[in-house]
Amino acid sequence: MALLSKKDANLIKDPLADNNPITIQVLGICSALAITAELKASVVMAISVLFVLGIGNVVISLMRNIIPSKIRIIVQLIVVATLVIIVDQVLKAFAYELSKTLSVFVGLIITNCIIMGRFEAFALGNGPWRSFLDGIGNSLGYGIILVIVGFFRELLGSGTLFGIPVLGNPINKTGLYALGYENNGFMIIPPAALIVVGIIIWVQRSKNKALIEDN
Amino acid sequence: MNTEKNSYTVIFAAVMVVIVGTILAFLSSSLSGKIDENKRLEKQQNILYAMGVNENEGEGSVSFVPTEKVAGEFSKYIKEQLIIEGDKITKDDQAYLIDLKKQATAAKNGEVRKLPLFIGDKDGKTFYIIPMRGKGLWDAIWGFVALDDQMVVQGVYFDHAGETPGLGANIKQRYFMDDFAGETILDGTKYAGIAVAKGNNDPLNEIKDDNEVDALAGATITGNGVSAMISESVNLYKDYLETIRVK
Repeated sequence: MALLSKKDANLIKDPLADNNPITIQVLGICSALAITAELKASVVMAISVLFVLGIGNVVISLMRNIIPSKIRIIVQLIVVATLVIIVDQVLKAFAYELSKTLSVFVGLIITNCIIMGRFEAFALGNGPWRSFLDGIGNSLGYGIILVIVGFFRELLGSGTLFGIPVLGNPINKTGLYALGYENNGFMIIPPAALIVVGIIIWVQRSKNKALIEDN
Repeated sequence: MNTEKNSYTVIFAAVMVVIVGTILAFLSSSLSGKIDENKRLEKQQNILYAMGVNENEGEGSVSFVPTEKVAGEFSKYIKEQLIIEGDKITKDDQAYLIDLKKQATAAKNGEVRKLPLFIGDKDGKTFYIIPMRGKGLWDAIWGFVALDDQMVVQGVYFDHAGETPGLGANIKQRYFMDDFAGETILDGTKYAGIAVAKGNNDPLNEIKDDNEVDALAGATITGNGVSAMISESVNLYKDYLETIRVK
């Protein structure tokens, strides 16, 4: 017995590839540029968005019939800001160390357009369960791209993964650096993320021709 | 129910604001005690970290004294807490709770600034620990610098409110903070501080009297903020430091 119906499963599967929020819907680019210089930051951000989008979508979906359409964007903003503040405060009180790690992401989550985009495009017109699945699917799709970009940027920019040196020591010239390899400083500045995302889009569209728009 | 009517929109907005406001106010007031306590312990941990009382293991870790032990360790290692107000120096064991931001505002309004300073003692060596506060790229940065009586940095701790993860946020990484140890803040007799310098003429940080450490790539403005913070902060304490400096 399948856990989810085929239609529901697609809500999770589609955003992972063929309807990816970053590479296809082009949402959440700002945070994809800002925090992918390190793999660890990418993972933390992906998990935070998973949490906020999953719950936020459900809340908006439950409220969808009573939200006046004129102020729906403000209402969405209030919901996501409230959620993030609640999480932030609770962590500060009970898991202070963790909250220190996450504090820099709080602002980035509230302004993440994936969250507003999914509230607007999906949760306002669908029931809570499907909205929840949509939230999980989209944040996973977002997370995958973040992790891929973070992997390449940290590896090529700093020669480390999760902060652990994998290519040798650039200062003492060991490992790959002994052969004349150098870290590419360009990879750790935000424009490099655009190039990596661009390459991902290129690879994705050349594998699936259906994604290419006609001009 | 017609959700398009103006009256409905206004009522909805008002009710929502009240509900959200109530939730947040309740949460904030019920958790603030615990949050303040966490912040207080963190300050003690940071001060101890700067003077080398920490649980760092290996090359990369930044580990504080555990929270349950920190109060005891703090009173064990910090011998004196001073408040410097102009020429007046008073002892106060709550000096570490002074809010540097409020003091900076007070100084701007013409009042005499209260400057907290912590004197630590570890293995017979005396440390003078100065709290610092400055601006990074996005938000505040702050920290502590521990000096000996020759004005040589013994250790630092930096933290930030919202620098970019992977770039400016790396000011609280070991490899950045460790570079400061051994550097002198004096240039001749001038309190020059330590600049976070690009140019990479000393990436191994072997020259200790150049008032420079190697910068973080991709974090120029945060780095400049750290340089400015150190030099501004030590200059506030210049008169006091001159009295204890061994020439």
